[in-house]
Formats: sequence, structure tokens, C-alpha cells
Amino acid sequence: MPEEKRIILKHADEPGYTRDIECYLKHGGYEVLRKSYKLKPEEIHSEVMDSGLRGRGGAGFPTGLKWKFLDRKSGKPIYLICNADESEPGTFKDKQIIHKDPHQLIEGMMISAYSIQAKQAFIYIRGEFFEGARILEEAIEEARAKNFVGNNILGSDFSCDLVVHRGAGAYICGEETGLIESLEGKRPYPRIKPPYFPAVLGLYQSPTIVNNVETLCNVKHIVEMSGKEFAKIGTPGNTGTRIWCVSGHVQKPGYYEFPCGGLTMGEMIHDVCGGLLPGRELKAIIPGGSSAKVLKADERFSGKLKDGTEFDWSIWDIPLDFDGPAAAGSMSGSGGIIVMDNSTDIVQALSNINAFYAHESCGQCTPCREGVQWMRKVTRRMCAGDARKDDADLLLSIANQIEGRTVCAFGEAAAWPVQSFIEKFKDEFEDYPANGSVSSETGDKQLV
Amino acid sequence: MSENGNGKKELVEIFVDGQPVKVLPGINAIEAAKVAGKEIPHYCYHPKLSVVGNCRMCLMEMGTPMRDRETGEPILEEDGSQKIGWIPKPVIGCSTNVSPGMHIKTESDLVKDCREGVMEFLLVNHPLDCPICDQAGECSLQEYAMDYGRGYSRYEERKNVKPKRTRLGPRVTLDDERCVLCSRCIRFGQEIADQDVLGFVDRGSFSTLTCHPNKELDHNYSLNTVDICPVGALTSTDFRFKMRVWFLKESPSICTESSIGANTTVWSREGTIHRITPRRNDAVNDTWMTDSGRELFNQVAADTRLTSFQIGGNSADATASIEEATGLLSKGKTAVVASCHQSVEEQFITRKIADHLNSSVYIARHLGKGDGLLLSEDRTPNTRGALLNGLTDNLPTEDLSSLAEKIDSEKVDTLLVCREDLTRVGLSEAQLEKVKLVLLDTQTSATASHADVQLPALTVFEKNGTFVNLNFRLQKFSQAVPGPAGLLPDTLILSKILSTLTGESFPDSPATIWKSLSQSNSNFKGIDFSSIPTDGIQLEKSAFDHIDFPEKQSLKYSPAAITG
Repeated sequence: MPEEKRIILKHADEPGYTRDIECYLKHGGYEVLRKSYKLKPEEIHSEVMDSGLRGRGGAGFPTGLKWKFLDRKSGKPIYLICNADESEPGTFKDKQIIHKDPHQLIEGMMISAYSIQAKQAFIYIRGEFFEGARILEEAIEEARAKNFVGNNILGSDFSCDLVVHRGAGAYICGEETGLIESLEGKRPYPRIKPPYFPAVLGLYQSPTIVNNVETLCNVKHIVEMSGKEFAKIGTPGNTGTRIWCVSGHVQKPGYYEFPCGGLTMGEMIHDVCGGLLPGRELKAIIPGGSSAKVLKADERFSGKLKDGTEFDWSIWDIPLDFDGPAAAGSMSGSGGIIVMDNSTDIVQALSNINAFYAHESCGQCTPCREGVQWMRKVTRRMCAGDARKDDADLLLSIANQIEGRTVCAFGEAAAWPVQSFIEKFKDEFEDYPANGSVSSETGDKQLV
Repeated sequence: MSENGNGKKELVEIFVDGQPVKVLPGINAIEAAKVAGKEIPHYCYHPKLSVVGNCRMCLMEMGTPMRDRETGEPILEEDGSQKIGWIPKPVIGCSTNVSPGMHIKTESDLVKDCREGVMEFLLVNHPLDCPICDQAGECSLQEYAMDYGRGYSRYEERKNVKPKRTRLGPRVTLDDERCVLCSRCIRFGQEIADQDVLGFVDRGSFSTLTCHPNKELDHNYSLNTVDICPVGALTSTDFRFKMRVWFLKESPSICTESSIGANTTVWSREGTIHRITPRRNDAVNDTWMTDSGRELFNQVAADTRLTSFQIGGNSADATASIEEATGLLSKGKTAVVASCHQSVEEQFITRKIADHLNSSVYIARHLGKGDGLLLSEDRTPNTRGALLNGLTDNLPTEDLSSLAEKIDSEKVDTLLVCREDLTRVGLSEAQLEKVKLVLLDTQTSATASHADVQLPALTVFEKNGTFVNLNFRLQKFSQAVPGPAGLLPDTLILSKILSTLTGESFPDSPATIWKSLSQSNSNFKGIDFSSIPTDGIQLEKSAFDHIDFPEKQSLKYSPAAITG
């Protein structure tokens, strides 16, 4: 059975470990911050480059490269934002960090802020995480009292303030430019790129870095162990650990931290999570949060990896890192593994996902705003007993008209589930029982 | 952006569907495609507003010349031509600025598919109430549906329900079901009118345009939101349900509300004006105008309109009235009151009449509060014309007290008054009683009640002519509707008076007057009326630099720096 390797969640679930600063300091907390401030900012950056760290929010973009794009010549202030808007269905990793080890995030942020020379940092936290926001605010005050946050941190001439900003409960605030708009006090309409790349024209039109909670925590460990050492964890191009959140029809759902590529999907489900429920068979897995493309239980995945090696996997063989699920035609996304066994009504499952995205579409751009709601109405009608033979083709066509044509990646997030569900379970959609009842769907917002 | 020695921007060569075309640097693909004669359809993009890229109608394919990352050398195809690196996903034209060698595809299968997709999405929740919609006939949704619509609907679900008749302000009514959420109206409020009162509430497909709580869309530019609304969502409360736009005749005109001289289009049918909208002129008003300027057509059919020639208060024949007027003017100690409401041509003849009679010319100014945008302090359209015509050599005065003194001292006993109510510029009715009064005006007034000869004039909508705006831009307006039966153009009346006085025939239409005007007045040298372009001619203004004009900063006008 693969062993968990806990770096980020090292202390989180230890008996007696509390989230207050005294406990954190007892466990060597803020030592790395002291070490960092003796380094030059660019030395920390090069450690992050060496580490090969990839963003843990969903896209998996190299963090060091993201920092490199920062416009340092504009003369405008630089901002650091922690994206704690963890909203992807199936994902609950950042919440663990915030609730159980908030100072790790603050330390990671103050190191990162020093490296990019941000004088103001924000934690943009999901609106529903009111307890998390309170915990973070307390932790920041503790850290400020010990001079880990604020003016002349640890006696250096570097100052950086840290503020918690609560969202108002919209999934789209996890999209970094939507987040920035929301932080500016506006509706979280994602910005068009070009020209509004956050590293150049971010918060208040100033250069801005937006990183995920887990990503920023990793920065602390990179500086602690050096980028090269960090890069030895996991596999090339997939460095460090990842916290996987397993939910659905397994015996032991939960969050598990493993080195990237340190185990396969089969090991995760059967060994780590105790297998499927008794008497059930696997039907499908969504490997990276609800927006990732679904994988079917009996699929074969074959092709060539980036390094040229050929692969031929069953669903159980897929290595859990960034590139494995991507090679299988999906993505590791935010690490939310959703397991569905043969008790699952696949149309209802998609209807549930569609309802989420239709509810969360910000409404700024046409394809997402109208298309996602349309898909929701179709799948809901199907579930209400009015399924039609050509609904599958219709859904697929709508999804194809959304993908790649929207302001932000929400279009893909909403289109991929539909495309993959239809592609892989087309017969279930086409043969979905219709009991002849007429849909009670209404167009009135007040009634749906 | 590169500039050559002449300070002119150097053009950039791009390729639109393979066709090379030279365009101004920095413009976006929608504007660039226009140069190549290709239309990229769009809803949210507006040339005078910021770019948000939310409608996704302008999706197109874009590629740039590939270069070797190390050496910077161009990468070539096998046949030696430049290799183009196409972006795999479609990009929006509105936020794609041109760069040298850029290629765009506006007609490919992918582009067509994108447009068809967006069109279908925009229509799924659209009420399709074109038969009762005011926008029908000038609606982007209708137009693009003809090009990219499916012709039938695949949508069988219930449509979203939204408010159908929200009063946003005194002049604008909103139908939210027709709204495509392009946000043009919101951006207009934020960026142009400086009154940020519109916004969206709710989310996703239920997003709804509305006014902020306890706010109204009541600024003097609110009707511009109706103009820029690409669909029938924002409607003019005045124009709503009154007329189909395809019945309306469009006539280019100039707004007479102030010296800004906003370019307008007058929309009329069978002699009745139904609305006025702004006409784009980047040197004057961009694509905007005031709400108050749009209401000026009400003067045409106003109850106060002067519609008959009168002698001594009794209706009379036009010829007889003009002869009577001429008789009075030639006999008495006459003064002439000209007006900054008169067109350049009318002012020119008025000047000639004054010269012939050897009379003094008086001219008053009418000031109001400017708004810094398209309503200037000078509330007349043609003060600059009066200066150029030599009706005055400095700013017109606030009141005509000097004329009042001359009347009191009996140095003046006869007046020719053009487009002015003397009781509002410092003269008393008692003073008007003392003189023989010939009045040429459009509306009744205290002055009109004292007129010995009343010559009814035409409004700007009923005649042709020119005004010179605050930037000394000569602008032409055209007749939109015929005047009331029996009325004559002002130029004809004035010309007849002049001809009768001098015994020589004088031209009486703007076109013929301009032949004389351009020869005799160096300010207008070489200008031919028929060839004045629709966006006007910039006249030389340096001779008037010394005048301290009352206008303050506005959209396209900056007061001359005070020297000395």
C-alpha cells in the first residue's frame, strides 16, 4: 500500500496540534521566513523555478514562470493574492490547511510576497468559509503581533500587510481575473486576456500574482528544503506532493497527500480509500473536480507521454500527478476525485453538474450564460421524465458551441462534463426512460 | 506606433482573409476589417466606449508571422512564403489590435460556426417580439439573424421571464427580455455621461439590467443609451410604439441647442418629425447628443408657431407683406437686429440689407450653463457665423440697451428684427410701441405682438443652410420636412427685401447665395455649398483668437489659453 507523504498536511491531523501561533512556532514555524529574509528576493524566485512547482488551483501552470511574467518595471505596486475561493465541486483540500494550519499559509505568503516584492497581500476567501475567514484573521493578528506580517518584518526593511477578503459566494471568483474584479468591489466578471493578464494589469491595473492556497504553502517548503530537493519529490515535471480529495462511492472518502505520481488511481481507490462499497462496480471517475472530463470504468487509455514513452492504461493504471489524468484525456484539476459506481444514474449526475454551472455562470459572455442554462434545462427535463432521443446530440452541440469561445475557462469547465458524459455514455442518454410526464421547467427565476 | 517625419502615423499592413490592406496602427480587427470591406459582426463593441468583449459575436481566427525565437528570423513555408502561426482558438476582434503582418480570417467555417453559435444562444431566451418591437428594422439581432441565424429554433424549453417595461428614467423604458447584456449603456454612463446609475443584478442567464437602488437614468444624455442599445431593450419612452423606423426618412441636420453644433439625423415621415438621433462626427460630437437637443423638433408644430404673413396684425399675402416691410425699412431711420440663430446665408443677406440701409446692426447673445460635454454656454448655433459675416466684430452683447437708448432718443424709428424677442434682451414693450417693427421669426413672442409686418420664418428642420460651430467648423443642415403651407424660406424673404431695396436681383437659395458669399467673404473663400462634406469644413479661426468666448471646456472644445 502506498505510503502517504505529508508535507503540507504534515501536522494538520496530529493529535495535540492546534492552529494557534504558539503551537506553530513550537513546530519550527516561521523559521523558514527568517531564513528567506536573509536571501535576496530573486534567490527565492530561482528556488521556486528550480522546484518545478506547478499551481495547485487547477490549471497546473508553473508557479516560477507565473512570477517571472510579473511586470516589475511599471513602477506600480505589486500585489500578491492568495486564491482561497476553493469552490470546485469535489475539492476540499485548502479548507484543511486554512482550518488546521493557517500559519503555514501566512508564512508561505510572506515568503512569496518578499520574493515578488509585494507590499500588500490579500487572502481572497470563499464566502461560505466564514469560519475559515475568522481563523485566518485571528492568525494574521497573531503573526502581526510577532512581526511576521506588517511593517519591517523581522527587523528587515521589507514591509507587507496581509488582509482577508471574503467573497460573496460565487464560484467564478475562483477565476483569477474574476477574483480581482471582486476584490476591487465589482461584479466578478472575468477580464478579457489580452490585455488584462494579472501579472501586468491585475488588481487596480497593477502587476499581480494570484496563487492557490496549497501552492503558496509549497513555497515555504521549497525554501526550507531547496528547490532542487523539492524537485526530487514526485516525478519530472510533476514535482512535490498533491493533496487529493476523494469523494463519492468509496469506503473511505477523504483527503490524502501523496507525492505526484506516487500512486495510481487503482491504488488510491482500492488501497487508500478502502475500495468501492460492497457489491458495487465502478462506473466512472471524475479525476480533477467536477469540471474535469469524466473517465469511464472500462475505457483503455493509450498514447504517448510528453517524454515519448508509450502508455496503455486501464482506469486503474492512471498515475495521479498532473500529466497522468491529462494523458487520459481529462485533467488533475484541483485534485478532486469523484468516484461513481454502478448505482449512479449518469443523466442525473450530469444534471446535477449542469445545475451547478448554470447557477454559477456569471452571465457576462453569451455562450456560457445562455448555453449552460440551456444544457441545465435539457438535462433537468430528461430527469423529469421527458427525455428525447436527440437530446444527447443537442447537448453535445450546445457544449461544442461554448467550449473555447468564452471570456474565461468557465466555458470549458461547463462544457467538458457534458461533452465527456455524452461521448462516453451516449447510449444511456439516448435510451433514457421517458415516462411521458411533461417537464415542469419554468423560465421564471423565482420558481426554479 | 511609428510616426514618419511628417508626424503622420505610418500604416500597418495586415491581411484580411488573405487580402493585404493598410490600416492605422493600434486599431482593432473590427475597424481594420472595415477598411478591407469586411464586416465583423458585434454587439458589445462600440467605437467610442471601452472594450469588454462579452458578446463573443466578433470571434475570428487570428495568426501572426512566425519568427525563430533564437534568431528572430522569419520562419518560412516550403514555398518560401511567410509561415503564419495561427492561434488555435478563435479570438475576439474587438480586443485584438493590429500588428504588422497579422492575418485574420473573417469568413472561415470556424468563424461562421462561432457566429451561428452566439446567434443561437442570444435568441434562446429572446422573446422574438419583433412585430411589436421598436428596434425592428434597425436591430443588430435581426440583421445578424439573417446572416447567421438557423431559421428555426432547437430550443424547446421555457424561456426566461424578465421585466418587460421598467421605467429607468423620465425618457427611457427598458424591456429586459430583449437585453443581450452587452453593457454598452452601463459603460456609456460610466465613461461618457459620468452618471453611473445602470448595472446588472442577478447572475447567469437571469442577469437583469436595472438602475441602482433609488437612482434614475435621468441625465441629459439618457437617450444615447437607446441609440447604442443594439437591440430593442432600451427604448425611448417618447418614440416607443409610435412609428416603424423603415417608414422614416433620414435627413442630416445640425443641433441648434448650443454652439456645439452636434451632428444629427432627423427622422420624419410625411412631413412629421418623429425623432432626432446623433450622427457620428468625431470632430464634433462623436456619436452622442443631448436629450434636450432631441426635443427641439417640437418647435415645428408648436402652438406658438408663427404661420402667417401679417400686416398690422391682419393676415396678408406674402408678396404684399414683403413689399410693406421693404417700404417701412427704406423710409425710416432703420436699425437691424440680426441673430446667432440665423444660418450663415441668412446672416450674409442680413448684413447686406444693413449695409444698403446704412443701418447699425445689433445682435444679442444667449447664454446658459454648460455641461462640459455637448451642451455649451453659448445657446445659439451660429455666433461664429455672425463673426465671420461681420455682423459683429466682437462677442454679441447680453442685452441691446444701446438700441433701447437709440429708440428713446428717436435716432431709430424702424427695426428689422430677425429671430429675436427684443423684450428678452433689454427692450421694453413701450419702446417697441415707438417704432415700426418688421419681424422675421418662427415663434410668437412679446415682440411679435408689436410687429407691424410679421414675416413667418422656417425652423432649421424646414430649410437648408449652414452653421459655424464653436470650433469654427462649417456644417451643413438639410431640409427634413416641408414648412407650413404658404411659408417661404428665410433666405428667400431676406433676398426679396434686399432685391426690392436695391432694385437688383439677388440669389435666394443657399447654393446660389454661397457663390456670392465665397467670392465676397475671404473667410469662406473657395467653398461651394454643394460640396460641403457631411462632416463639415474646418475654417480658419486665428483671426478671432483675441475674443474671449464664453464656452468652457467640452467634449471637443478647449478654450484658448488666455495670453498676456
